[in-house]
Amino acid sequence: MQFDRRSLIAGGSALALGGLASRSPRAQAANTIKLGVLNDQSGVYRDISGPTSVACVRQAVQDAGSHGFNVEVLVADHQNKPDVGSNIARQWIDRDGVDVILDVPNSAVALAVNGVVREKNKVYLNSTAATADLTGPQCSPNTVHWTYDTWMLARSTGGAMVKAGGDSWFFITADYAFGHALERDTSNFVKAQNGKVIGTVRHPLGNTDFSSFLVQAQSSRAKVVGLANAGADTINAVKQAAEFGLTRRGTKLAVLLMFINDVHGLGLQAAQGLVCTETFYWDLNDRTRAFTAKVKPHLAGNLPSMSHAGCYAAALHYLKAVADMGAAAAKADGAAAVARMKAMPTEDDCFGAGSIRADGRKIHPSYLFEVKAPNESKGAWDYYKLLQTTPAEDAFRPMAEGACPMVRS
Amino acid sequence: MDDIFGIPAPLLFGQLLLGLINGAFYAMLSLGLAVIFGLLNIVNMAHGAQFMMGAFCAWMLLAWAGIGYWWALILSPIIIGFTGIVLEKLFISKLYKLDHLYGLLLTFGLALIIEGVFRNEFGSSGLPYRIPPELSGAWDLGFMFMPIYRGWVVVAALILCLATWLIIEKTRLGAYLRAATENAALVQAFGVNVPRMVTLTYGFGVALAAIGGVLAAPIYSVNPQMGSNLIIVVFAVVVIGGMGSILGSILTGFALGIVEGLTKVFWPEASATVIFVIMAIVLLARPAGLFGRA
Repeated sequence: MQFDRRSLIAGGSALALGGLASRSPRAQAANTIKLGVLNDQSGVYRDISGPTSVACVRQAVQDAGSHGFNVEVLVADHQNKPDVGSNIARQWIDRDGVDVILDVPNSAVALAVNGVVREKNKVYLNSTAATADLTGPQCSPNTVHWTYDTWMLARSTGGAMVKAGGDSWFFITADYAFGHALERDTSNFVKAQNGKVIGTVRHPLGNTDFSSFLVQAQSSRAKVVGLANAGADTINAVKQAAEFGLTRRGTKLAVLLMFINDVHGLGLQAAQGLVCTETFYWDLNDRTRAFTAKVKPHLAGNLPSMSHAGCYAAALHYLKAVADMGAAAAKADGAAAVARMKAMPTEDDCFGAGSIRADGRKIHPSYLFEVKAPNESKGAWDYYKLLQTTPAEDAFRPMAEGACPMVRS
Repeated sequence: MDDIFGIPAPLLFGQLLLGLINGAFYAMLSLGLAVIFGLLNIVNMAHGAQFMMGAFCAWMLLAWAGIGYWWALILSPIIIGFTGIVLEKLFISKLYKLDHLYGLLLTFGLALIIEGVFRNEFGSSGLPYRIPPELSGAWDLGFMFMPIYRGWVVVAALILCLATWLIIEKTRLGAYLRAATENAALVQAFGVNVPRMVTLTYGFGVALAAIGGVLAAPIYSVNPQMGSNLIIVVFAVVVIGGMGSILGSILTGFALGIVEGLTKVFWPEASATVIFVIMAIVLLARPAGLFGRA
């Protein structure tokens, strides 16, 4: 076999080019932060997470600006199944090099993903799941729980109800991790203030007819009927509670978790007078209005609730931490990135100034709202009036009571 | 007050009544399925989506055209029934010669597409629809608070079920339909236009689902999933009653509503599964269903 110079050069340059071609995407990957939004794109929690969360994360990427690294946003649907959710999380991390998993509504899925992210030492920024266990017994150095949790809902909505004289409770609870946690935290509050829990009934997720449970609640003669469920379950229960005249005999309905999107689905006629707790409302102040005006064109008619705002603020704060410590270091060690996030004060349009505690709990004020009557509402999505504000340091469970192994010392 | 099995009697009566109301929905939906299966041999998996379309149609009539509940109760089944006729002409009519499975897969696919389109358009939180003023309010029965609207649902469902049963079992048209299922070629030889009759039957079955949707709109959240939550249970009802048996599906619908209502008192967590447990037992003991012909 004979080589002439020309073919050697050609072969050499082809090799070199090939080497370059295969090296450059890898070089780029090392400099690209991948954010994976894992939520419900097709089921009951689509409107409180879904495409609106994705749009908010994209907005955060845009607002974070350029700091010498690229950011890519991926999206997947966990279908409210813990096995599907944790499989996607594994694939994303192992195969696609995802650095951060965001949003993750549905407490059952959220807890499953929590374990995966910790095992792989990546970053988990949960906004939409409710269970306070994420910063309690299941807390993790890789997790930040941003927006709200069951303890904070129990304190704000539940506390207000007990204060108004509702000292006997009957719970209608969604039969999975979230409902159980919300019922437990609210019961604790009620009992701590010398109230009592008369009864509880657990219904499967995605139940259509609540009449049977409502009649049971009614005949228990409890002063407050607490709804420890979410989304379409809450909407159906509230609609049917009005139908069955639940509140006519003086019984109060405590909707422990309701998002503004649920109020939209109920209509003001059915929802008026209900109280609920959120940590963000689009019409709260100039900054929240400015944020809403910015993302609204990308939302296809939906408006951001606290869960969406949490996705935005969490992604923004994470990207600030990455800019601070460098993309390579952030990619290499998820726990270090979360530690950096905890060390920096947070600042964004949705929640204002705040901070992240050692157990992963982001703290900010919580707001107790009352839903407006139709004649009080000035236009589309003008739904809430502010009743009371709980300051950040009182809004969430004290760290010492959470039983988080990381802060026990 | 007396207790029955440790449950106060008034509560138990209340639950029986509520079970009957839910049974009315099961009966109405399973009736449509039974009619379609009995005469077309198609397992109509799109029935839940069509139920949902009925509810959405009522909402659109109100929100976009200002047309109220009572007109919606007439218009929505006609509109949705017509979409059913179009579906039958375009797709389903191609499958009559094939195995059941093809019809099932086709209608299942259609249901997923329809629900996806509605979800994209209207989101998943649902839309508000109010109880008509004539039917709002409630009667205090002493043992429970009975919303007038729920009473109306039971009455409407009973009338519909009875009317459908009479048409199919007692009229000449019904006799043609039943004859066509036995031997289509022979009936056609007598000068009856069988394909058109089959198309109209599908449209009628779909219209029944749409009426159910309109009746459900004021009490359940009007959202794209509302049908898929119900349809699985309704299929179980049809299987228990006996595929294609009209009377069977009506009676089973009401009976299972009551069984489910009682389960919600004694063991609420099991209320979603009890119907399937019964289905499994019935299938083991009587594979053709309680009212089916083996």
